[in-house]
Amino acid sequence: MVIMSSDLQDGIMTETQSFFETPSPRGLTGVKAWLLTHDHKRLGLMYMWAILFWFVVAMILGLLMRTELMSQGRTIMGPEVYNSMFTLHGVIMIFLFAIPAIPAIFGNFFLPIQLGTDDVFFPRLNLFSWYLFMFGGLFAIFSLFFGGGFPDTGWTFYVPFSVSTKGNVSLTVTAAFILGMSSMLTGLNFVTTFHRMRHKDMALMQIPLFTWSLYATAWVQILATPVISITFVLVMMERFLAIGLFEPDKGGDPLLYQHLFWMYSHPAVYIMILPGMGVISEIIPVFSRKSIFGYKAIVISSMAIAIAGSLVWAHHMYTSGMSDVSVFVFSLLTFIVAVPSAVKVFSWVSTMYKGSIQMSPPLFLSLCFIYLFTVGGLTGLVLGAAGTDIHVHDTHFVVAHFHFVMLGGTGFAFFAALHYWWPKMFGVMYRFRPAYIGAVSAALGFVFHFVPMLILGLQGMPRRYYDYLPRYETGNFLAGFGAYLLVAGVLVMFVNLLLSLRNPRTAPSNPWGGTTLEWSIPSPPPMENFIEPPVIKGFPYDFSEIVARSQQDGR
Amino acid sequence: MKTTEQTHILSYGKLALVLVLLLMLTGMTVAVSYVHMGFWNVPVALTIASLKASLVLLFFMHLKYEGPVIRYSFLSTVFFLAIMIGFTFWDVAFR
Amino acid sequence: MTSRIDTTGVRMGMWFFLYSEIILFGGLFVLYAVYFHNHSHYFAEGGKELNRIIGSLNTVVLLVSSFTVAASITAIQREKKGQAVGLLLFSLLCGFVFLVNKYFEWGTKIHHDIYPNSATLQDGAPGLNIFFGLYYVITGLHGLHVIIGMILLTISLVLILRGRITASRFAMLENSGLYWHLVDLIWIFVFPLFYLVL
Repeated sequence: MVIMSSDLQDGIMTETQSFFETPSPRGLTGVKAWLLTHDHKRLGLMYMWAILFWFVVAMILGLLMRTELMSQGRTIMGPEVYNSMFTLHGVIMIFLFAIPAIPAIFGNFFLPIQLGTDDVFFPRLNLFSWYLFMFGGLFAIFSLFFGGGFPDTGWTFYVPFSVSTKGNVSLTVTAAFILGMSSMLTGLNFVTTFHRMRHKDMALMQIPLFTWSLYATAWVQILATPVISITFVLVMMERFLAIGLFEPDKGGDPLLYQHLFWMYSHPAVYIMILPGMGVISEIIPVFSRKSIFGYKAIVISSMAIAIAGSLVWAHHMYTSGMSDVSVFVFSLLTFIVAVPSAVKVFSWVSTMYKGSIQMSPPLFLSLCFIYLFTVGGLTGLVLGAAGTDIHVHDTHFVVAHFHFVMLGGTGFAFFAALHYWWPKMFGVMYRFRPAYIGAVSAALGFVFHFVPMLILGLQGMPRRYYDYLPRYETGNFLAGFGAYLLVAGVLVMFVNLLLSLRNPRTAPSNPWGGTTLEWSIPSPPPMENFIEPPVIKGFPYDFSEIVARSQQDGR
Repeated sequence: MKTTEQTHILSYGKLALVLVLLLMLTGMTVAVSYVHMGFWNVPVALTIASLKASLVLLFFMHLKYEGPVIRYSFLSTVFFLAIMIGFTFWDVAFR
Repeated sequence: MTSRIDTTGVRMGMWFFLYSEIILFGGLFVLYAVYFHNHSHYFAEGGKELNRIIGSLNTVVLLVSSFTVAASITAIQREKKGQAVGLLLFSLLCGFVFLVNKYFEWGTKIHHDIYPNSATLQDGAPGLNIFFGLYYVITGLHGLHVIIGMILLTISLVLILRGRITASRFAMLENSGLYWHLVDLIWIFVFPLFYLVL
């Protein structure tokens, strides 16, 4: 043991020790150091545990549904339970996983670091958002046990059913309202941090792409989320006061509910996918040892997706009875959104071209992302074209499509981010072999799960149905099999990561050879993130130093 | 470090002038509502309302003296609101 | 960390929050626009039943209170604490008058059996039901915002009295003021849309 003079020790401790050892605000101990913290890193981790919990719960619900559908007729649950289950699966996966996952965990943890600063602009508001998130989750749990039980409307809460059903819609939409607040305030915090706390040497075109994608996302969070808030308030008012704003015989128009709902919920899919794209834009260049191809194009496409994504909401409503003119207009606009997404895929692939690629679990998961997301995007065009959409509307094809984007896209980006930043967040390295096994199993399971569903949808199997005709049995069985493989793979990845926490904290500060600022500081980062003032590179993806260093080591 | 930048003080006189303008516009919009112009009543009323809103924004809310971030982001918000209402009419107006 | 007060940033955060409020009401304005398009005749009829005098009076009250709030910021910047306190008290009084007016307005309507799901509205024309449905939702939500705004102004007032808001540090007052102006801003549109549609 080394004994130092206590003054000196204090000074060194607070500056260089990891944030796990230094509570913020100072003087808090034990559980209070977490529950009352203002530290963006601690909050990121707190989000992580909550979100992982919800993800596993919703994944198991999905697995139970798939098990039910593996054979015809009743297998393990009745139809009412099934209806509640797909609602619950949707609500949790959307509001408690896909929307908060990447911004709330990795955004909170890494956005300030990538901007070269010590925290977000409103640290206390950040803590408040976390509490809102937890309360929203609690409300969702309450709604299971109070009143008429969990709603059976699906996560879309379409009127008139959501107004008339016995299920406890009011509590559930309150939960979604609170979660929306949390998401909106996180976005607000990020935008303010982006503008006011960015390192003074960092110009706009020197900002890492992950942060750019979070910035684009944050604007969607601020501007689109209130629409769903007011829509859910209206649903509650309809339930309690029966105003009739969406009831035709009282002069209302039920289609307007759908318009309002998708005015948020379509931009929301970009809240889910944009940060995922940002993660991939970080990982691909690092493991290709090559500067990202088309940095500016990716930045512009992020902003373009955020803008264009707000113009296309009614493509969810082609068969709902809205006017033909709007079907035409929204179908046309939908195709425009495909362009910036394609620009990104093109840039990632071009980055890898002639790069010196080094395989690792994060890169492997990113490659899965590119493949699965591309399938999701292309099937989206099938749905975006009004003609073909009529055929596959509300079938398993739609379900498979958005799972390709949301799980194959956001989900795999989330796994990739976990594997990429895990050593930085905890200072431990995990074992690669189980990570690969889990990733391969998850990707294979995913394909087995959702490709049959695409085919089933083309054959006419409707979504949200409890039972089906005999000719759909093979496809459903295969999908169920894939689901088990998928869940097993995901659990292997998670368990492998959790087991690594028992290892000593020996991960180097830059295990992958990354160039963004988070790799220039110790793992796990110290309280104020930077011990010495950060040095801002002229271009954030300049690998010349990293390559030169590895060439020296090689000789 | 940024304290010197935001010391823009609007005098009572200037604020009062804005208030007088606002009250005059209010009187105008009420007066105009008694005149029957058919279709034109609504656009006129909304134009006056927008004028009033601009006055409140620019002077009471100091938007005139804010930096580009707030200015442009405010315009984007208005733009998004216009899209919300406008694009819904692709459906409603042609049904 | 506490030594860093970036007032521009704090104000920026408030503006971003206000955008979300604007869009929150924006969802209701979407409904208004569509239903006005569908039932314009009944909207005119419903508008005639609202008391234009009370509506105008409330508009004037809110505009004046907006002015006094803006003036209180000027007063604080000029280190005139007494004036600032007086102006804020007057603004709070205006907010209170607005709410009292609203109370009587709603009361009369409810007395005439015009409220959501009332027999008169249910048996009457659907267009009228929608008009009054929107009237209650929008003015109700607006009233809630008036109350929140008054709470924020009261907090600022207390902070001024305690000397926590000064000429060099008045972000809280500024942000409460911004919120109050937003309430005014919404009303500027609500007023012609409900009271003056003819």
